Amino acid sequence: MSEDLVNIEVNGVPLKARKGQMIIQVTDSASIYIPRFCYHEKLSVAANCRMCLVEVEKAPKPLPACATPVTEGMKVFTKSPKAVAAQRATMEFLLINHPLDCPICDQGGECELQDLAVGYGRDVSRFTERKRVVKDQSLGPLVSTDMTRCIHCTRCVRFGQEIQGFPELGALGRGEQMHITTYVERGIDHELSANIIDLCPVGALNNKPFRYHGRSWEMTQHALVSAHDGFGSNLFGHVLRGRLMRIVPRDNEEVNEAWIADRDRFGFEGIYSDQRVTRPMLRIDGTLRPVDWEVALTAAAEGLLATRTAHGAAAAGFLASPIATLEELSLFAQIARGFGSHHVDHRLRQLDFRADDREGRFPALGRPIAEIERLDAALIVGCHLRQEMPLLAHRIRKAAVQGGAKVAFLNPRRFEYLFPVAAYAVSERDLVADLAATLHAAATLAGLPVPPAAAAATPGEAHEALARALLQGERRALILGTLAQRHPAYAELRTLAAALAEIAGASLGFLAEGPNAAGAYLAGAVPHRLPGGAEAPAPGANARAMLEASLRAYVLLGPIDPQADLAGGADALARAERVIAITSHLPESLAAHAHVVLPAGSFAETSGTYVNLEGRWQSWAGAARLLGESRPGWKILRVLGNLLDLPGFDYESSEEVRDALRAICGLNVEPQTLGRLAAAALPARGAPAPWVLIPPYQGDALVRGSGALAKTKDGQLARVVI
Amino acid sequence: MSVELSKHLREEIDRWTAKFPPERRRSAVISALHAAQHENGGHLTTPLMDAIAAYLGLPPIQVYEVAAFYSMFETHPVGRHHVSVCTNISCMLRGGETLLAHIEKKLGIQVGESTPDGRIFLKREEECLAACTGAPMMMVDHVYHEDLTPEKVDTVLDALK
Repeated sequence: MSEDLVNIEVNGVPLKARKGQMIIQVTDSASIYIPRFCYHEKLSVAANCRMCLVEVEKAPKPLPACATPVTEGMKVFTKSPKAVAAQRATMEFLLINHPLDCPICDQGGECELQDLAVGYGRDVSRFTERKRVVKDQSLGPLVSTDMTRCIHCTRCVRFGQEIQGFPELGALGRGEQMHITTYVERGIDHELSANIIDLCPVGALNNKPFRYHGRSWEMTQHALVSAHDGFGSNLFGHVLRGRLMRIVPRDNEEVNEAWIADRDRFGFEGIYSDQRVTRPMLRIDGTLRPVDWEVALTAAAEGLLATRTAHGAAAAGFLASPIATLEELSLFAQIARGFGSHHVDHRLRQLDFRADDREGRFPALGRPIAEIERLDAALIVGCHLRQEMPLLAHRIRKAAVQGGAKVAFLNPRRFEYLFPVAAYAVSERDLVADLAATLHAAATLAGLPVPPAAAAATPGEAHEALARALLQGERRALILGTLAQRHPAYAELRTLAAALAEIAGASLGFLAEGPNAAGAYLAGAVPHRLPGGAEAPAPGANARAMLEASLRAYVLLGPIDPQADLAGGADALARAERVIAITSHLPESLAAHAHVVLPAGSFAETSGTYVNLEGRWQSWAGAARLLGESRPGWKILRVLGNLLDLPGFDYESSEEVRDALRAICGLNVEPQTLGRLAAAALPARGAPAPWVLIPPYQGDALVRGSGALAKTKDGQLARVVI
Repeated sequence: MSVELSKHLREEIDRWTAKFPPERRRSAVISALHAAQHENGGHLTTPLMDAIAAYLGLPPIQVYEVAAFYSMFETHPVGRHHVSVCTNISCMLRGGETLLAHIEKKLGIQVGESTPDGRIFLKREEECLAACTGAPMMMVDHVYHEDLTPEKVDTVLDALK
């Protein structure tokens, strides 16, 4: 037997446990239930609720299972008369100051206190004195407060300190005066703040927008995947009479653990925003008018065929939003190529495509998400990490705080991070020059020859600090964020980053925009790649070139707001003869130019798959009922394919579409083609152009339509041109 | 609104932080609050606590928590002289509650309030101050007064300026 293991006995059952583990960890993994309120496996041990008291042989008093480490030969009794008496007594004390207003409490039906009161509470309260009342305070637009219900478990306080990195809530006063508060009236401003809703075991902190909108037992629960970034957070959607009412996290230790970002939770409100389009529409005499599905589909197909007859297939461009599902993107790319156009792309905000021929199969994080927290060093370039991918920021934070990883940033602006940052360089002038200088510094530090791309660079102190940070330890990562990918000289950044990663022996990761950028690549929704990632023999035009070339016809897939989402500008759409939009949302800038509108369901209303930046395929079945006459995107595309007389559009389910693509992709996730990237010569570079920092809650149609997110501090940020 | 810590206060906090390991600046919160409260005429303000938090490199809420926990810290303006009357068991048996009622009547204020002239602050009921042998007792500005009678109380309180 290993020295790290001890033998204990719980309720007469012998168990093996690791030294230093708490009793509750051992019983949890052995599926022996111990009641608890303050203990949470992702937070530190507080041991202040006392609900988990158990009897331990030779201990004079019951001990808290969450704070009692196991020892050799320990005998634990979780259901002995002594243990149960202690648990029941704790429950009685907890209920003394609890209002028992379950009938008007949103937590009712999914409340840990309510559940445990059934098992451990008395049927009649012996407490006849006055209960205390605690004043509520506003915590902002996302979390409602009923602090009289609070039982002081301090999970929310510990969440602030340990997960967010900055506590805003605290326990003030003591004894009967103790209460959880921010002390000064202020909202909680953090991209993960709303997780305290799930952590709160009672109804003190609840989902504010959802307040009084439904009961947990009336709703059905459906698995979903986040539609806001490529992290691929697992969600549950709760649906009441066909309508998605709220989102909660679905635990997945390999991806989002127990958390989700606020935009994962509240972004779904955009599904029901007033920009939603629910009827097929056709432009008749200059105005968009509702028509039958058949009319709209026929007009779309005939229009496209007419364009091809008059101007050739290359006169049509196919633009998809990376929020579209894998199945939709796959059919979309099939239609584009079947139609004869190679102009298909989803990288709507990217400006520089010169490095396309040196890409891997899809933009990938470079290592599994679960490994991020074990990094020794990371250099993050052109990335507002907390806003771009809040939960990746959390993993990086864990690496820095728990593992002491050196995390360095090279960014065009100073962004705030709530963990120790080893080095932070603000690149005001030229990100490319600064990255080249960092590469130069790293090569010198590592005693390697300076790559030609960085030969002319002159590293300063800041660059050396970045390089030193990246060269720490063994597990190193270099990550290029979306700011880098939207940079007008992305090709240079990419090449330099690859060279730097090679010198440092670091993994190279790309945080592509949208929840399904990886899926879009695999589905072939890029001009230079066929489905599965094979190189296209005849590459088409990329998103920017399509718009700059002013094509005759455009087909748009997914909720695209030309003004907000297209870096290439909306003018080309205005000049086009035909704009066919397969979309769930119809913002004004799209309504002004669309000729045919085919209303599609949002991600929560259709079945689909997103591939996250690890290459993880995550499918879900539709959760909510489709609004109005809208239809699942993949069905619209299947019919459109048939109307265009294209072969291979006989899919009967979205799963068939997915499986067909899966067969093409195979199971391997190829690493980035690092060497090829690093060795490449720098292509000629255009004049410096401005690029945009997009606020976190304006990235896609859903978050833009979320009223709750719009009221937060982050929701009020404006676009910044860099 | 933000305030700056006085030079004296910064020196005083530095004196305390020097006694702890460098990464444990939080250990100096209580001493810092004591010094700040003394300098500020007997109570703490939010800007003052924020300044202490910034000086010690702590989230402000952690300073508020400490200030709210200990009864020796006041977070609202209070009278100059702090009077605490013990009503715990020994004092209670020896008439502590009657004494407290007498004081409340005499000063015209309730426990937790200050006299309008800012002279006397009647602190929240104190728990045992470990002077049971001299019950009933009260503490006035850190000085114990034992074996009290209403007359003795009057003398002590009337002597406060």
